[in-house]
Parts: sequence; C-alpha cells; structure tokens
Amino acid sequence: MTPVVPPARTEGPTPLFGAYGIVKRFGDVTANDGIDLEIRAGEIHALLGENGAGKSTLMKILYGLLEPTEGVVTHRGDIVRLANPEAARALGIGMVFQHFSLCENLTVAENIALVMPRALRGRTLKARIAAVGGTYGLHLDPDRPVWSLSAGERQRIEIIRCLLQDPHLVILDEPTSVLTPGEADLLFGVLERLRDEGRALLYISHRLDEVRRLCARATILRGGRVVGTCDPRAETARSLAAMMVGAQVGEVKPPTGQAAGPARLVLSGLTLPAPGLHGTALDRVSLSVRGGEIVGIAGIAGNGQAELFDALSGETLASEPEMVRFDGVMSGRLGITARRRGGAGFVPEDRNGHGAAPTLSLSDNAILSRHATAGLSRFGFLRRAVAKSLARAVIDAFDVRGAGSDPTAGTLSGGNLQKYLMGREILAEPGILVVNQPTWGVDALAAAHIRQALLDLAERGTAVLVMSQDLDELFAIAGRIAVLHDGTLSPAVPAAGTTRETLGLLMGGSEPARIPPPASVLADTPWGPTHAH
Amino acid sequence: MRIDLTPRANRSALLDALSPILAFLAALVVGGLVVSALGRSPAAAFVTYFVAPLSEVWSLQEVAIKAAPLALIATGLAFCFRANIWNIGAEGQFVMGGLFGGWIGVATHGATGNTAWVLPLMLVVGTLAGLLYALIPALLKVRLGVSEILTSLMLVYVAELLLDYMARGPLRDPAGFNFPQSVPFDEAARLPYLMEGDTLHAGVAIALVVLGLATLVLARTLFGFTVRVVGASPRAARFAGFSDARLTLAVFAVSGAAAGLAGISEVAGRIGQLQPSISPGYGFTAIIVAFLGRLSPVGILVAALVIALTTIGGEGAQIDLKLPLDLTRAFQGLLLALVLGADALSRYRVRLVPGAAA
Repeated sequence: MTPVVPPARTEGPTPLFGAYGIVKRFGDVTANDGIDLEIRAGEIHALLGENGAGKSTLMKILYGLLEPTEGVVTHRGDIVRLANPEAARALGIGMVFQHFSLCENLTVAENIALVMPRALRGRTLKARIAAVGGTYGLHLDPDRPVWSLSAGERQRIEIIRCLLQDPHLVILDEPTSVLTPGEADLLFGVLERLRDEGRALLYISHRLDEVRRLCARATILRGGRVVGTCDPRAETARSLAAMMVGAQVGEVKPPTGQAAGPARLVLSGLTLPAPGLHGTALDRVSLSVRGGEIVGIAGIAGNGQAELFDALSGETLASEPEMVRFDGVMSGRLGITARRRGGAGFVPEDRNGHGAAPTLSLSDNAILSRHATAGLSRFGFLRRAVAKSLARAVIDAFDVRGAGSDPTAGTLSGGNLQKYLMGREILAEPGILVVNQPTWGVDALAAAHIRQALLDLAERGTAVLVMSQDLDELFAIAGRIAVLHDGTLSPAVPAAGTTRETLGLLMGGSEPARIPPPASVLADTPWGPTHAH
Repeated sequence: MRIDLTPRANRSALLDALSPILAFLAALVVGGLVVSALGRSPAAAFVTYFVAPLSEVWSLQEVAIKAAPLALIATGLAFCFRANIWNIGAEGQFVMGGLFGGWIGVATHGATGNTAWVLPLMLVVGTLAGLLYALIPALLKVRLGVSEILTSLMLVYVAELLLDYMARGPLRDPAGFNFPQSVPFDEAARLPYLMEGDTLHAGVAIALVVLGLATLVLARTLFGFTVRVVGASPRAARFAGFSDARLTLAVFAVSGAAAGLAGISEVAGRIGQLQPSISPGYGFTAIIVAFLGRLSPVGILVAALVIALTTIGGEGAQIDLKLPLDLTRAFQGLLLALVLGADALSRYRVRLVPGAAA
C-alpha cells in the first residue's frame, strides 16, 4: 500500500475537496478501484454510475462512514483523515441521505436537535430552523410530528439539518427518488441557490435528465473506476447512459397498439381500512386490465401501493369476493396460493424479505412462490431436483449473474435478484401479472431487460399491472396510466394522451377533475368529483 | 463508547463448526474455576462429571435414558422455535402424555387374554394428550392473540397439579398402603428392554426414530420448508401463501405430540407407574437442548447427550465430591450462554466505537 500523493494541479484553482487514488476493498470485492475526484466550490458535481459502480462507497468515504483501503482525501489541498462523520462535519461536509433517518414520533425540531452538536441545541433552534427555512424556501412547522409529513417535507428536514451546520460541501444521494415532479423543481431551486452561494454539491442520481439540467460536471463510475468526466449539458441522456453501462442501452420496443383482449383483472370498489397507524386505507379502487395490455399505476411511495399490492396478491383479503376478479373468478376472499393456481403472478417491491427470503437459496426461493403451481411438491415432499432446474431455467433466461452455485438470495446484487424474481413469475406464463416497482434500484441495462420482458409477456396475452414511481418507465411500457394518491386511484388514461405534468399534479393530490377520463374506462368506476380531494 | 455488531462478509465454515466446541471448552474453564473456588480439585471434578459416566455400562445406559426424552422434546420444540413460535410448556405436555397414557396402564392392570394392544394404545393416547394439550395455547394465540409464552408456561402448573391430584386421589393404588402412586403397570403396559437384564428401554429407540423422521421432514417436505421460511422471513412466508395461524397450530401440535410421547415413554419405560411427579424438568431442560443443538435434529442429539452426561456426572459429583447439584444447572446454563455467544461471534464482527452514538 503505497501512499498516493495528490498529483500537482496544473489547471484551475485548488479544489475544495479532492479524493485521489481511492481504493476500498471488502474482502475479495473491490468496490472502489483507484478513483480520483475533485469537487470545486460553487459547482454541482454529478456522480453517475450503475448500481454497484461504487458510488455509495465513495460517498461514504467522503462522509467518514468508511475509511479507504488506499488513497487520500484532501481539503483545500491538505490531506485530511475522515475517521467518522463528526470529522467530516467538522470540515464542513454535510449529507442528505436517500433513506431518511428520522424518528416518526418526534417533531421536526426534535429530530433536528437529535443530531446537532450540544452547543447548537438550545432554545434558539426553532428560530434558526425558521430562518434557514425562510432563506431557502424550505417551509416547515418545527412542531409537527414527522409521521404527518410527506416524503418531500421529510427531505426538507434532512436538508435543513444539513444546512444548519453551514456546510461547504453537501452530498445528496438520489434526492429526487421520493419527490413529485413539482417537489423536485423546488429542490432544484434550493440546490442552485446553494451553488450560487459558493458551496459545492455532490449530486448522485440515476435520473440523467436532472443531471443534465443541474450539473456542470459529472464523474462517471463503472465497476469501481472512473470511466470519464464530462459536461452533462453537452451530452444526451442516451450518451450518458451508454458511458455508465459501457454498452449501448437497448431501448425497449414501445407497446404495440391497443389491447383487444378481454378484461382479465378487474377491481370494483376495492376498499380496505389502513393496516396500521401509518398505513394507507384504500378507497373504492376500481380498475380493469385487459389481456395484452400493460396498465401503469403512478404515485409517490406510501400512497397505498403496498396496500394495493397486498390486496391484489391476496396477502390481504378484501371484504367482498367480487371486489377482485381474476379472469372472471371472484377472488377477493381467496388467498395468494389460490390466486396463483388461477394463473396470477406477483412481484412485490421489497426483494429481500418479501419476494424472496434472503437466507434461503435461489432454488428454495423458487419453491417459495411456485410450490403449488410448478409441481415442486408431491405428497408433501419437496422435489428439489425440479426446483433446481426451475431456478436454472430462470437464471439462464434472465441472465442472472452470480447465481452459479445456487447461492442464498441475499448474496445477489439488487438488480440480479430482481431479474430472478421477475423471471420466476414470468416463466410461469401467468395470465395476470402484478408488479410493484419493477426496476427500483436496478441498473439501466437490467431495467431495460426487465421492461422488455414485461412487454413481451403482455404481447403474449397477459394482463400486466405495473406500479412504479418512475414516470419514464411507465411512459415507456404502459398503454394506460392511473395515479394512486392517498389510497384513491384515478381513472386510467391512455399514456399517449397524457403528460408528465398532468400525472405529477395527480400524484401530488391536485384536482383529478382536470383530466377528462375517457368514458369507456369510467363506465364502472365510482370515482368522480363527489369525493375528489 | 458504543458496541457495533457487523455481519461478517465471509463466514468460515470451520469457525461455524468449531464455535460450539470452543464454547464447551470455555465452559469447562469457567466451571473449573468455580470448582476450585469451592475448594475442590478441578481435575477430579472433570473426571467425575465427564469421564466416570462414560466408563461403565450401567452409567452409559443412564445417559442414554436421560438423553432420550430431552432429545425427543427438543426435536419437537425445534419446529416451534425455528418458526419463531414459543412453546415454553413442553413440561406440561410431557406430564399430560404421561398421565393419560399411564391411565390406560392403570385401567388395564390385571387384564387377561390378548394384551398386545395395551402398550401401543398407551403410546397413542399419550402422544394425543400432549398434542391436544399443546393446542390450547396455540388456539388462544390464533383466535384471541394471547401470548403463547405465558399460556403455555402457565399450563405446565395446571398439568403438574392435575397429575399430583390423580396420583394421590382417583388413580392411587388401593392396596398401596396410602403411598401416593398408582398400581405398578403390568408387563404388557411396559416398554420392553433393549437388552436383557439392563435398564435401557425401547423409549431410546423411539427417540432415535423420531429424530430421524424430524430430519427428513425438516429437510425434505413442504411442511419443513414452511417452518424454515416462516422463521427466516415471515413476510416472504405470507407471500408464499403459508398461513401463520395454520403453522402455529401445526408446530404446537408437533411439539406437543413429541413431548407427550416422551412423557408416556418415561412412564411406561423407566418409572412403570404413575407418581405425583414424573419429570425432573425435562420439558424445560429441552429448551436449552434445542438451542444448544442449534434447532437441528443432529445437533439436538449431541446436545441431549452432553446435558444428560453432565446431569449424571452431577449426581456423581454430589456423592463423591460433595459438590452441590445446583452447580450442574449453573454449568448447563453457562454452556448455553457461551454457545449462543460463540454463535454470535462467528456470525458478527464486534467493533468498539469510541465516542457517543453518531
């Protein structure tokens, strides 16, 4: 391990922060392999890369959560050691995490006080929260409990928490992943303002359009190495994606024409009470999906997607059998196994612990959802050889990497496990497939593969229902799109006839009456202006 | 100062296998220190505890006879514990199995003619009694959401008092000089001995057969798969379509049946009649055995033998070295704590993080 000396700079001023020759190994895995990165004051610097490219590791090193195996971090040209987040904060590094670390039962001010150094906790905290909020347009009532806030408001807490410490560098990890388009625009305004104040921002995102809009420089990682730096404004989303994955991204074939098949999945007035204190009640959800079409359900996480998924899969039973009909069969009171026997397949959002048991092998996980439908048990005895060959077939058909020796599901990367779970259901040739967040946290290449598989499945006559937060995804594959907001589903409208802005408004809970629903879809929908928000 | 447990990225299979052995050695060291603090020679204590019981045929048989009910009950409990369902009342199910199975033995006392059906009927009734008794806490949990830990534990005392009453009252031997015990069972109501003139009875063989069956069920059947998935990932189990309620009833039934079978085997084997008390706490010790054996039948067999060995050795130590019997219990508890600790250490890396929580 030779210490790496920061190379003498020949161009430009000394960067605010620099990372040189960063190597980080976890056992045999090299997550970062000689990464150089320079961040200057007054810039928004994008960090791009697929899942597993090493972004999170690099970010954690810069925030003092990990120490590099080799390499140095510099601050204004001096080598510094970031042994822990306190040391990073002392140097003026702040971070806004993708997954908020907030206590739901405490108020905004209490959550902020929790992480403040003792000296800053005093009585003036609320006033300072209000001051920072006023300066940047981040309005928040300090006395509101966190559980009552939307995702966008929660993110504001994280940002204010960060800004109260007057950081020189703010690291943002996928900050727009939980925001509506409108909320994202507000965030961009804040970020631009921070940049104009001379702060540096390191912006990590999958969303290439955002990066092109905000960032003047981008560093692209692939396989733990820097594969390029560029000015994203001079690139196209497509060329950026190509740099990230190292191959041309195959675009999915657009959905072909109108579905002519019969309605295979029909929800009529599905109403369910909220499953818990913070769950979402479903209110008269009605929807019809025909064979051969993909219907998308847009919406921000936490607006009833999980509850709707459970009601569709049969993990939660409806109060009346006719609320859920699969191929004409009253299924509302049938459990998930009976629904699978009827030809339905399900892929939940959470891969580890819901769609798969992480400590079980892949072939055992094939048994998990297919035990009743793929002949995997006979007279109560498991047919392991059949399960293994089923797992093998999924692995081959869906290009699941790292699955050679039937490893436990938890050892696969997110994208590969998702491909496995999609393949497990798709190879069953289901008549109805319900998928929640099909490509969440999956890299671009795998996402394209999964979307294509869904389109092909619909082509073969399956009714596919996809819930996704990613509007681009829905526009790429869905023939019709509905919006789930606060447990209420808007009518599904043809994707070709709507816009991101319209859907964004609905996702934020604005008047749904702005979209005139086509009469054909509305026929059996009890959804109208009388109980609109 | 904060203690962080981070999962080890690549667990060594060797370390996993060695960890219970290392824990056992550590328990020996601590136990030896306690013995020398009591003024006895640790070496002599080691010989009395662990060598003497293995050196004679009769004491080897005693170890097997003690290990059999422990292994049988613990195997049943492994189904519950793997599914994160907590049957603490195996002792009560054991007692009920012994009581109702033994009742047949009392009722058929002196019967003539073909009596070949008596023993099988006793075993079936005893098993069913344990099974049905275990279903009480299971139904209370499934129907009313009552904690099975409390109900199954409290039902132990109900069972013990019922047996006490029956042995002193209705089932007492009328010609028994008012001793609180039933008539001795007829030959047809006793488990046969495996070797002529010895104490080793067929209950040991029954335990081994059940252990083999449990291994098969856990590894090869959909039911065993259900138990494993529910324990590993409850949400995934619901996604698989496995019903919590049905599984709760099933694993309570399995563990109750195993405990009941152990109870009637003990009564029809070693004891040979009903007494106010038929168990030195097998149902509770089996909880330790189940975890020492890492909830796998093979591990449970080894753990049951180790615990039986220390119990027999403890009796010897009490006689030869005047060491208190409580020391044996303390040693068994220590062994459990160390085995669980060693398991945690083989799975996680411990890091001391200076400073306050971040």
